[in-house]
Amino acid sequence: MTRYTVPVALGIAAIALWQWAVSHYDVPVFVLPSPAAIRPAFVENFSSLMESLWVTLRITWLAFGLAVVGGLALAVAFSQSRTAEMALYPYAVVLQVTPVLAIAPLILIWTGYEHVERAAVIIALIVAFFPVLSNATLGLRSVDPGLLDLFRLYGASRWQVLWRLQLPGALPHIMAGMKISGGLALIGAVVAEFVAGSGAATGLAWRITEAGNRLEIPKMFAALGLLAAVGVANFYALTFLEWLVLHRWHESAREREG
Amino acid sequence: MNMLLALSAVSKTFDNGVQAIARLDLAVAAGEFVSLVGPSGCGKSTALRIIAGLAAPSSGTVAFPDGRPGIGFVFQEPTLMPWAGALANARLALDLKGVPRAEADERAMRALRRAGLKGFEKAYPRELSGGMKMRVSVARAIAAGPRLLLMDEPFAALDELSRQALNDDLLALAREDNMTVIFVTHSVFESAYLSSRVLVMTPRPGRVAAEIKLSPPPLRDVSYRLTQAFADGARKVQAALKDATEAAA
Repeated sequence: MTRYTVPVALGIAAIALWQWAVSHYDVPVFVLPSPAAIRPAFVENFSSLMESLWVTLRITWLAFGLAVVGGLALAVAFSQSRTAEMALYPYAVVLQVTPVLAIAPLILIWTGYEHVERAAVIIALIVAFFPVLSNATLGLRSVDPGLLDLFRLYGASRWQVLWRLQLPGALPHIMAGMKISGGLALIGAVVAEFVAGSGAATGLAWRITEAGNRLEIPKMFAALGLLAAVGVANFYALTFLEWLVLHRWHESAREREG
Repeated sequence: MNMLLALSAVSKTFDNGVQAIARLDLAVAAGEFVSLVGPSGCGKSTALRIIAGLAAPSSGTVAFPDGRPGIGFVFQEPTLMPWAGALANARLALDLKGVPRAEADERAMRALRRAGLKGFEKAYPRELSGGMKMRVSVARAIAAGPRLLLMDEPFAALDELSRQALNDDLLALAREDNMTVIFVTHSVFESAYLSSRVLVMTPRPGRVAAEIKLSPPPLRDVSYRLTQAFADGARKVQAALKDATEAAA
């Protein structure tokens, strides 16, 4: 129980302190709005915020899904062919280490400003791709040598080794990569919208920019809070998925005894 | 008796230049229980891997006069798939050979029962004790009905009582299935209890230094461990081991 009550109590205390400090020190609303001032901003802009939330979510999830499928597919290809890995891995690293902010404008130009969403998906995909790839590659390679011997002794095909040994063994690594990618996909989506600036962008990041330009600080906070909530929800959804997949057998999911 | 396996002048030198075994000759008849005893690093495990076809000898030949038998292998560690239950682990060889699921389940279930794990079919490895994990490993090795069972210090990590229980169960399984067993161990007592023949190996590079023939009763239990015959066997193995290591030093 304390796992939930302690952080929730801390959050409530922090919000109360925030409320008290803003009114006590008379902080102007355009610097730091009080929680009480953010609430109406959230309620008044509820429908536009939800619309924007949906846009951001769509980009994030699509990019995340593509990153998982693509990262896994490439990792499997690497595990099957050393040549493929040697040839492609350095370029995956280049894609990863080049700051996405620097590539984003180019991608926008290529997709066209009328397809901001498309550009955003590509940018978020670039950011989210690498953790799945590198973790899955590591996992597929970390096979128990004794089990591999047994598979060989029983004449297992490559396909059987991949499907029955490498992939299940890599699941903990794959899940870890997916959890990182889930967060990065959201960051990528937001970055893409910021870079797109105006135009056809309508996600939460654009709401923040727009509200900032108009000095509607409470609305900024409302959108920001939503973004944080989305990030947390994604993270816990993936943590739950990880638990579903691993809890029967993996040590990481074992409940501490005693 | 029919010769099952013959190694002649098998040597193995690893890529790093270490010579694990040198001109090892070994003939095993069908139905024998042969133990390889020797100090760490005498190439016992390498010899097993070569017999199993998991490693190639640098020189020499491995022959199976009656054709290559089905082989079961038990490692020092249980080496189970942690994501699979006991039944799925025991079924591995059958699954990989494409045996239909229903039949594979039945045979794996029987193997688990014979290895003393009735009722634990669904348990995951992490839910089992060290001895039970080793029993799953044994069940997996016998599930496909091998004629040759290779065991690489399988019970070394277990407590004495679990080890003795597994020794007895192994003897029963080998007798019932008429399996030939090649058993690698560090333990003088284990080799003297289990084997019809003990081969004592020299330190690296491993060769057979002495051969001790034993004739334990076919059915034996803990009371055999108290007999003079067992003590004599253990003494002979110990003496040969002492000679082999001292000669090398």
